[in-house]
Amino acid sequence: MENNNYNPAIRVHSLTKSFGEQRVLDRIDLEVARGETLTVLGRSGTGKSVMLKLLIGLQKPDGGEIEIDGEEITAMHLDDLNRIRKRVGFLFQNAALYDSLTVTENVAFPLRRHTKMTDGERRDRVSELLSRVGMEEAGEKMPADLSGGMKKRVGLARALALDPEIMLLDEPTSGLDPITASEINELIRELQRERNISSIVVTHDMRSVETVADRVAMLNGGSILVEGTLESLKQSGDPLVKKFIQDCREVR
Amino acid sequence: MKLTTQTYALLAVMFLISADVWPKSDQVKATLGSAGRATLGVLDWFGGIAEFCARLIKTAVMPPYEGRELVRQMDEVGAKSLPLVALAGAAIGVVLSLHTRDSLTQFGAESMLPTLIILSLVKESGPIITALVVSGRVGAGIGAELGSMRVTEQIDAIEASAVNPYKFLAATRVLACMLMLPLLTIVANFCGIITGWIANAIVEPITLKLFLTQGLKEASFTDLLPSTLKTVVFGFIIGMVGCFQGMRAKGGTAGVGRAATSAVVLSSLFVILADVVLVRLIITFFPQ
Repeated sequence: MENNNYNPAIRVHSLTKSFGEQRVLDRIDLEVARGETLTVLGRSGTGKSVMLKLLIGLQKPDGGEIEIDGEEITAMHLDDLNRIRKRVGFLFQNAALYDSLTVTENVAFPLRRHTKMTDGERRDRVSELLSRVGMEEAGEKMPADLSGGMKKRVGLARALALDPEIMLLDEPTSGLDPITASEINELIRELQRERNISSIVVTHDMRSVETVADRVAMLNGGSILVEGTLESLKQSGDPLVKKFIQDCREVR
Repeated sequence: MKLTTQTYALLAVMFLISADVWPKSDQVKATLGSAGRATLGVLDWFGGIAEFCARLIKTAVMPPYEGRELVRQMDEVGAKSLPLVALAGAAIGVVLSLHTRDSLTQFGAESMLPTLIILSLVKESGPIITALVVSGRVGAGIGAELGSMRVTEQIDAIEASAVNPYKFLAATRVLACMLMLPLLTIVANFCGIITGWIANAIVEPITLKLFLTQGLKEASFTDLLPSTLKTVVFGFIIGMVGCFQGMRAKGGTAGVGRAATSAVVLSSLFVILADVVLVRLIITFFPQ
C-alpha cells in the first residue's frame, strides 16, 4: 500500500526529453529516498547527463514531472528554482571549474554569493572543504594547473560548499587512474555517510557502483531497462545488462 | 523615417521568431532552398539577439547588482584597452594632419588645419576608430571567453550555483562596454589632437595653445557631446553581440573560434551601420 506521507528526496515521473527527432529520455520514472544513493548506469549517449541537468532545471523537459523534496520544479519561477538549486550540489563531468578563478575562489564562489560569511569565516570554510577533499595545498593554483583528478576533487569541494542535502554527480571517476578513482569513490561514500546526503551518481565505472550505490538503475534507449540493488542487477537475465557488467569487468 | 510595407513585414517576422511562433523545425528548413535557409538563419539570429537583449535588460535592472564583477569588467574593457586606443588615436591624428595639409595648402587654407583635425577627430574619426579597436580587442575577448565557458559547462555551473549567468556574465560586460567607450573615445581624441599638433608643428611651428584656440574656435557643444555619447550605443552593440555569440557557442573549440570571429565581424559591422543612423539623428536633433 502506498504511504501518502512518504516524501522522497527526488521523484521523477514520466520524464521525457528529445533533441530534434531523437528522443533521449522516454517516460522515465525514478525515486531517490532520503540518504540513499542511486547509481545510474548506461552506455554513452543514453541521456544520463541530460537527466541530471533536467533535475536542476539546466534544461527543460518536454514532458513529465520532477519533484525535489516534494516541490515540482519543471514549471517553477527562476527565483524558486534557485532556492532549490542552493540545496543541490552538482559535480559536472569535467568539473567545470571557473578558468579565471583560483581553486580557493572557485570553492568560495557559492559561499560569496549565497551566505553572509565574513572573509575570515569564508576562508576557514574553504580551507575545511579543500582539506576534506585532500586539496588544501592547491588553494592558490589555477584550474589549468590541475590534473583531471584534482579538478574533480575541487569540483566536489565546490559542490559541497553550501552543505547540500542532495548531490548529483556526473561521472565522478571517468578519465581517472584506478587509484585516484578509488579515492574519489571512497570520498563520496564517506561524505554520504557523514552528511546523510541523497545522491544520484551517473557512472560507467562498476567499481564506483560497488562502492557508493545503494540502488542501481540502468538506462537504455531512453528508458530504464532495470532497477534494483547491485545484486539484483548482477543476477538479471537481460542480455544487455549481462554484457554491460561483463564488459566492465573485462575493462577492469 | 517612413517605414515601408517590407519593413513592417520584416519586423513582424522578427517578432514571430523572437516569440518562438515562427516554425524553426528542420523539416521547414529542409523544404526551403539555400537562399531561404540563409534568410531564415538571419531572421533567427535577429530574433535570438532581440530575445537575449530583452532578457538581459530585465535581469540587469533587478537587484542584487553585480558591482564587484562590473568593476572587474570595466578594468578589463577600459584600462586594458587604453594603450591600444591611445595609439590608434595618435596615429589617426598624424594621418589626418599629413593628408589634409597638402589639400588645404592648395586652396591657401592652411589656417583651417587645426579646425579640420580637431573636428574630424572629435566628430567622427575618434569615436569610430575607438569603437572598431574595442570591437576587435574586447568583442573577440568576450566572444571567446563566454564561448569557452559555454562549451566547458562553466555557464551551466554558474546556473547550477543559483547565479543568473545573464546578469553575472553578460549584463556586467555590456554595461562595462557602454561606460568605458565614451572615456576611451576621449582618450583617443586627446592623443589624436596632440599628435596632429606635433605633425603640424614640425612643418610649420605653432604653439599648442594657438592650435587648440584655432581648432576649437569653430567647435560647439553639438560637435563634442553627441559624438562622444554616441559611443555608448557602440559599446552596447559590442558588448551585446560579443555576449550573445559567446553564450550560444557550441561545438567545442571550433565553436569558440567561430564565436570570437563572428563577435568581431558582426559587432564591427553593426557599429558602422549604427554610426550611419546616429550621425543622421545627431544632424537632425542637433543642427549646426
